[in-house]
Amino acid sequence: MENFEPEIVAFCCHYCAYTAADMAGSKRISYPSNVKIIRVPCTGKVDAIHLMKALEKGADGVYVAGCLEGDCHFKNGNLRAKARVARVQKFLEDLGWETERVEMLNMSAGMGEHFAKTAREFTEKIKTLGPNPVKEVKTASKAV
Amino acid sequence: MITAEQKPIQEIIGYIAPYGKILLVGCNECVTVCAAGGRKEVGLLASALHLNSLKQGKTIDIKEITLERQCDPEYVEELISYINDVDAVVSMACGCGVQTIAGRYNTPVFPAVNTKFMGASKSQGIWEERCQGCGDCMLGITGGICPVARCSKSLLNGPCGGTSAGQCEIGPDTDCAWRLIWERLVELGIQDRYEELNEAKDWRPAGGAGPRRIIREDLA
Repeated sequence: MENFEPEIVAFCCHYCAYTAADMAGSKRISYPSNVKIIRVPCTGKVDAIHLMKALEKGADGVYVAGCLEGDCHFKNGNLRAKARVARVQKFLEDLGWETERVEMLNMSAGMGEHFAKTAREFTEKIKTLGPNPVKEVKTASKAV
Repeated sequence: MITAEQKPIQEIIGYIAPYGKILLVGCNECVTVCAAGGRKEVGLLASALHLNSLKQGKTIDIKEITLERQCDPEYVEELISYINDVDAVVSMACGCGVQTIAGRYNTPVFPAVNTKFMGASKSQGIWEERCQGCGDCMLGITGGICPVARCSKSLLNGPCGGTSAGQCEIGPDTDCAWRLIWERLVELGIQDRYEELNEAKDWRPAGGAGPRRIIREDLA
């Protein structure tokens, strides 16, 4: 458990969080390599099934990072994403999973430091929660 | 369309607990439009059931399929190539679809949604009841607003004393159907129509005479 390095999938909007991650890089602000970024044209493109499949395939945590509320490049894609994240959290709650494994974050393109900070915080939170329980079954079935 | 909502996930899990191989069947018609049992929802439910099994250290075999229309035997026939390889079927269609599958195959079938009502879309994500299938439509004399479906008491001749500021006494979110009808009749300039009394309704075509059936001899 001490050596647990979580795998985290971050769906990042091209117009904000992805650019913020780039900004973090330009400013030489490091963030955990656990975070694997998937660039999307808008977080409104992220469907509930993408979040569920990420968990099903073994991601320890998943977050969606979109524009600040009211600033979506496509008007309300980030609000749609927020609602979908809430729906997946409800699914997880009903299934007895930790809802904290999925989260919605908001930031602007210039918030490189914030991107790095939230990536660190989310990684730490997932480290506390421990590995995705799916992993053990997958590892066991591979061994067979 | 017929509207539906997904059942609590634990109820579905309870149904399929004894089975290892599941056929999860969606429907491309009404339940797709009301986002309860279309291809997307089939994927989500399958994923949720997988997550549940994996958390318990097990795996579950789920085959996903979405039929064009689950309430028609010819489409349900498409399941023939899968049905022998599964222990149970979970249907995400309305009650009509569930029963069509149950009537065709000798495999346990479980509903994954609660069928709600015949409704129309008010706006994105909001559906409201508009028809109770009374079998004797009176929309032609009520300005296109149905007192059977939209009045909480299905009154046929004006509002009851429970109407308050144009809203129904059951709650501020429910319009008084007869207020809507009156406003509509005024808008159309046919408010004289309001004076004509509607006779007591024959509720037999509404289901009061048992399960209903339509036989079209030119088609049957």
